[in-house]
Amino acid sequence: MIAATEPIRILPKSRADGGEGQFLEVSMGPQHPSTHGVFRMDVVLDGERIVKLKPVFGYLHRNHEKIAEHETYLGSMPYTDRLDYFCSLTNNWAYALAVEKLAGIQVPERAEYIRIITAELTRFQNHAALIGFLTQDMGASGTPLMYAFRERETILDLFESLTGARMMCNYMRFGGCRVDLPAGWLDHAKKFVATLPRFLDEFERLLASNEILMARTQGVGVLSKELAVNAGVTGPVLRASGVNYDVRKVDKYGIYDRFAFKIPMGEHGDTYDRYMVRLLEMRESLNILNQALKDIPEGPIVDPKTRIRGFKPKPGEAYGRIEAPKGELGFYLVSDGTSNPYRYRVRPPSLMNLTVLEQLCIGRNVADVVVILGSIDIVMGEVDR
Amino acid sequence: MDEQLKTELRKQGIVATTLQELYNWGRKNSLWPLNFGLACCAIEMIAASMARYDMARFGAEVFRPSPRQADLMIVAGTVTKKMAPQVVRLYNQMAEPKYVISMGACAISGGPFKQGYNVLKGIDRYIPVDVYIPGCPPRPEALIDALMALQKLIDHQPLTGADRPRHLRADAPSEFIVPGFGAHDLEPSQNPEVWNAPLVNISLAGTDDAGKH
Repeated sequence: MIAATEPIRILPKSRADGGEGQFLEVSMGPQHPSTHGVFRMDVVLDGERIVKLKPVFGYLHRNHEKIAEHETYLGSMPYTDRLDYFCSLTNNWAYALAVEKLAGIQVPERAEYIRIITAELTRFQNHAALIGFLTQDMGASGTPLMYAFRERETILDLFESLTGARMMCNYMRFGGCRVDLPAGWLDHAKKFVATLPRFLDEFERLLASNEILMARTQGVGVLSKELAVNAGVTGPVLRASGVNYDVRKVDKYGIYDRFAFKIPMGEHGDTYDRYMVRLLEMRESLNILNQALKDIPEGPIVDPKTRIRGFKPKPGEAYGRIEAPKGELGFYLVSDGTSNPYRYRVRPPSLMNLTVLEQLCIGRNVADVVVILGSIDIVMGEVDR
Repeated sequence: MDEQLKTELRKQGIVATTLQELYNWGRKNSLWPLNFGLACCAIEMIAASMARYDMARFGAEVFRPSPRQADLMIVAGTVTKKMAPQVVRLYNQMAEPKYVISMGACAISGGPFKQGYNVLKGIDRYIPVDVYIPGCPPRPEALIDALMALQKLIDHQPLTGADRPRHLRADAPSEFIVPGFGAHDLEPSQNPEVWNAPLVNISLAGTDDAGKH
């Protein structure tokens, strides 16, 4: 490992063809405009080509798991917001699901619908923002990102009127949700969702057949089916490689079995497929949203039998997982019968997806690393926890 | 110069000003922040520079990737002990005059993660901070408010005299100690030039004098 004071090091090179020269070891990050947070890559270069790439984590290790062992079950809910800070509502849901499994709590129907609506809105804004960042990494300085953030702000307005916060929603509760939908929220959401197909058409027309985007992404960072499955990659990255695996379909958690939606899949597993799968997933999210906004019933939003104060589940263990926008997000909880979990473990999709980074990058140019990293979609809050 | 005379002259199309006003006016309206995000707050920082909030209205939209070209460091997010040396090093690499906005609860004090073993309890232990924004994360409006507060601060900086800012003094430091990794904690655990632990007078507690203060 190179010290941080020594960002560039020259190594003697032993080439297979017997040529003369040197390798260059460069430390990319932790402050680098394209690393999506505080993430460092130790890259060994042969000219422009990547020979070796070592990811270095831990610059945002915030002791989430250790803190959670000293908090009550509900006390950890705000911390889950800060795991993947783009998608706080899906994080909340995954944690609530794990605790509900642990304590055997049932969720009322209306709460299930609210959960699905907020989760799909979260997925939509995450994918829109990701495509914006990805194109920015390729040099489209800001325009797609501005389009994406325009829609994201409106979605955040919906979240704010529902939960009181733009980003850190802290909304799910064990056995339901914290508050009911405010008056007029559903109409507002319906009207907004009706405008989204137009945005998607515009967004697609802006980018999908763009020559630079195709040249920079097609055939770049090809992830094979076998490697994706063996490395435990999940989410859109896995589906872009042609593996049909979506926790929404596999587990049918919540009430996802009531909705008709398709799982978009890629063919080549390259960066372009990963981009395209996300674009198509946004359309499927709209599908689910339209159905859920139409069918949502009246009723209670939280199971009245759930105890908020003095919540002590019986000794045991549970693993709750959902399809977060980035992949399978799971919480593994071990209870010893007290008010705080004995062990609290997060299975972050970003970290698992990041493990294939070296294989995707070897043989490519330095500029491609930035694009490949962008297409994997990492958030450091989740990788380092 | 008399304010009334100034307004009269301005009506004639003549602008009268002092060097200090002109210098500060130019500086406060072209603050270039460092493109430097640490955690959650960085997303709100990006949102502040996007179309709805549009930080460009205040002359601060040019996010520079290199510290050499930046005037303003927005410490947006949790500073962990592993990251703290790099933050200080980046600050040292910025050219004077330079300013720091400490954005969010984590950068101010460690925030919700304060009890964590790996979290620095406030970046102001190592570098001087000009504006603090509370919130977790602060809204983009709060960041714009902090920027305006910083502009006011710059506007009133004298160019001469005892109160002149750090970058106009030969004796004031522009670089600060980069902490290293010690056996148990960062070493030094704080920079006494910048920050000292607030003194709490414990001896008064529980005595008859306690009520008097």
